[in-house]
Amino acid sequence: MKILLVDDSRTMRNIWRKVVGTPGVEVAEAGDGNEGLKVISEQGPFDLILLDWNMPNMDGITMAKKLRETDKNTVIIMVTTEAEKPRIIEAIKSGVNNYVVKPFTPETLKAKIEETMKKAAQPA
Amino acid sequence: MPGVQPLQFDASLVVAFVRSIKNVLSTMVSIEATVGKPYIKEGEKPGHDVSSIVGFSGEVKGNVVVSFGMDTALKVVETFCGMPLDATSDDFADAVGELCNMIAGNAKKDFGLNAGIGIPSVVIGSNHTIARLRDVPCIVIPCTCSAGDFCVEVNIKQIGNN
Ligand SMILES: [Mg+2]
Repeated sequence: MKILLVDDSRTMRNIWRKVVGTPGVEVAEAGDGNEGLKVISEQGPFDLILLDWNMPNMDGITMAKKLRETDKNTVIIMVTTEAEKPRIIEAIKSGVNNYVVKPFTPETLKAKIEETMKKAAQPA
Repeated sequence: MPGVQPLQFDASLVVAFVRSIKNVLSTMVSIEATVGKPYIKEGEKPGHDVSSIVGFSGEVKGNVVVSFGMDTALKVVETFCGMPLDATSDDFADAVGELCNMIAGNAKKDFGLNAGIGIPSVVIGSNHTIARLRDVPCIVIPCTCSAGDFCVEVNIKQIGNN
């Protein structure tokens, strides 16, 4: 299992890492959308991406759209302070599989990841 | 200026931030914040030593500042990050900035407007000033928690389309 954490806050990436970083999981990090796409082109596709919305250089929505041009399989969960309904709809339209609003508890994030991965593994 | 009107210094704006402050701190840092009576800021002095600023865009203009006393910031960041951090480190500023990002973003959803938020910046020092909008009041929400005092300064206005 390969997981990519994309958030401009290193504090937030560390918190995510504590939730997902179990033995056997390979974790990579990026500080904005540009860096995220670069890591993917260098390291190949990931199974799961946790993606922030508000980041410098390239935001999470733009990164999700760009990634979906070539990759329909990687599960993307957006984790963001953006909590308005129209924003959530915009994210889902951009190809995001699921959505977690900051602030969150580790338990909420963990449950959302498990639920989303399970759903993605089911045949359409 | 035509088309520009202040977001009212009314209960709903304060309520949005109070709810957000309490929610962010209790969920991310397991700290219960108590909020005092909001007031309108006079003068330029910063609330406390460590301030993080997040700007608004879209239908809202202005910014929100979350300002901690140094001791409070050190304690809150230690709990948030799970380890003590030096106040001069990049990670310390990052943590303070992300807390402000969450407080601003979480309050924003209650505005009922199409607004965005920018990337947080952080200023440390006992004598910093932060530029603000002159045509709307800056609302200070004083807060206290087990780690000490902090405040949230809200200086925003709505950009109307009528
Ligand atoms: Mg961010």
